[in-house]
Amino acid sequence: MSDSPPTRIKEIEARKLSVHYGRYTALSGANLDVYRNEIFGIIGPANSGKTSFLRVLNRMDTFTPGMHFEGTVMYRGKDLRDWRNLYALRRSVGVVFPLPVGLPLSVYDNVALAPRLRGVRAKAELDVTVEKCLRRAALWDEVKDRLGALGSLLSGGQQQRLTIARALSQEPDLLLLDEFSIAVDPVTTMRIEDVLKELKSEMTIVLVTNLTQQARRLADRTAFFLQGQCVEVGPTSELFSDPKHEKTQAYIEGRFG
Amino acid sequence: MQHEDVRDFHWYVDKAMASLVFLGGISAIVFIIGIFLFITREGFAFITQSMDIREFFFDPAWRPTSDSNPTYGAFALIAGTASITGLAVLLSIPFSLGAAIYIAEFAEGRTREILKILIELLAAIPSVVWGFIGLSIMNPLIIDMFDVPVGLNILNAGVILALMAAPIMTTIAEDALKAVPDRYREAAEALGATRWQVTLKIVLPAAKHGLMAAVLLGVGRGFGETMAVLMASGHSINVPDGLFDSVRALTATIAAELGETAVGSEHYQALFTLGILLFAVTFIINLTADLVMRGIKRS
Ligand SMILES: Nc1ncnc2c1ncn2[C@@H]1O[C@H](COP(=O)(O)OP(=O)(O)O)[C@@H](O)[C@H]1O
Ligand SMILES: [Mg+2]
Repeated sequence: MSDSPPTRIKEIEARKLSVHYGRYTALSGANLDVYRNEIFGIIGPANSGKTSFLRVLNRMDTFTPGMHFEGTVMYRGKDLRDWRNLYALRRSVGVVFPLPVGLPLSVYDNVALAPRLRGVRAKAELDVTVEKCLRRAALWDEVKDRLGALGSLLSGGQQQRLTIARALSQEPDLLLLDEFSIAVDPVTTMRIEDVLKELKSEMTIVLVTNLTQQARRLADRTAFFLQGQCVEVGPTSELFSDPKHEKTQAYIEGRFG
Repeated sequence: MQHEDVRDFHWYVDKAMASLVFLGGISAIVFIIGIFLFITREGFAFITQSMDIREFFFDPAWRPTSDSNPTYGAFALIAGTASITGLAVLLSIPFSLGAAIYIAEFAEGRTREILKILIELLAAIPSVVWGFIGLSIMNPLIIDMFDVPVGLNILNAGVILALMAAPIMTTIAEDALKAVPDRYREAAEALGATRWQVTLKIVLPAAKHGLMAAVLLGVGRGFGETMAVLMASGHSINVPDGLFDSVRALTATIAAELGETAVGSEHYQALFTLGILLFAVTFIINLTADLVMRGIKRS
């Protein structure tokens, strides 16, 4: 819903993308494009393949036994399968899982981990990054006095924001958010949403959400997934005001899912 | 349905089973205390009547069979046990940790299973067989390689003991690594960490208490080992000043001499005093390992 039209560079280009777990197909034949510096929303009921799509984007199939995908996904003009350094790809893609995982390190070290992994050593630089990312994740005020406390001991909602800060500390080109607001209260959710709108200028964001209104508020374009199919993709305003498929209409009107 | 307050069959079974497992648990404590009382009783008279504490701990002369002037200095024996165990632990830590990290973090599928089975097999080799390897393989090997007159020494016993302690240390260390939840690995890998970075920055720190316990239990294992050490160490009373010195261990001394002493004699009681020392040290090591494993952590 932004006024400035997104640039028309394709950040992600998925063609005939299918995701399988063993013989089970979680997503079949999805075609969709995500443009650079837009927020791309994905809505749809549970088990429709939304998370599976995100898992492909940072190649998490390599550590999920049985998971594999078919079709092609171009990321920044290069086939995902052609990346020679998988770790570099993952550093370029930040992910926030629906169930937050605070690493068993201090709050500070959780956020400083990604910069350290890419070789940042200077304390001053790390301090700046940690504070900036925690502020953006709306967590700074709550943890600034206990940056040394274990991240895995924060409350669920705080851990969720910690994982957001951690993903931002990667300075990703692509940020994947998977139902980030499940464990976060509405006020904090709004604060994070404001930050996401600002972040758009720095990165591309794919936002999977179970709150259709959240997609409506934030996303430039939105896709509707249902039972492993990408039913419809379009500019958010069109998708919500004038859906082409009856099922999309039914879903956004809350008639199922 | 009317639920009445009656003690039925399941209630009695529950109570009976609770008492039964309670007895099982208690019996472990009873045995430990019993053994402790037995050793202490046999060594007690010596400790209170004839033991010279200075001599026992600091005199290297263990001459229990001397007719004119028997002495009971355990210093050389303590030094023997300490040097062999120390060397064994130094040697086995890198191998065990390496093996545990490989199995828990890097190996996959069949390789992992086969390795685990091999390591369990290694743990099942009887200690007399290890002693035999020390005597008949390591001994000539050391003589050849280092050009020394005798190959039964600290080096030999240390290597043998390292091989014996490694499977236990590996297994416990691997358990400690496996206890670190996979979601941590996934989260770190999603950030772009390599396997090795995940191991170094996340898994090892998270498992450090378990790893320390693994090392301690390895030490305990080495400390109490008798037969292999008796066969491979040279069994000569000696305060060592090099890897190629033969030494004698506390355990081996008890095993070799107890059968030849008159029950109740001073020598007999002195051996039991060695036993008390062993018992105390092993107890402390295991207790520490246990406390560490439970995570008496930094506050
Ligand atoms: N690791 C897995 N192994 C097997 N099946 C899975 C796995 N992850 C997801 N699935 C299945 O794939 C389907 C799609 O899941 P997912 O992509 O998580 O959907 P969504 O995020 O839209 O709820 C579901 O039916 C789910 O049970
Ligand atoms: Mg999901």
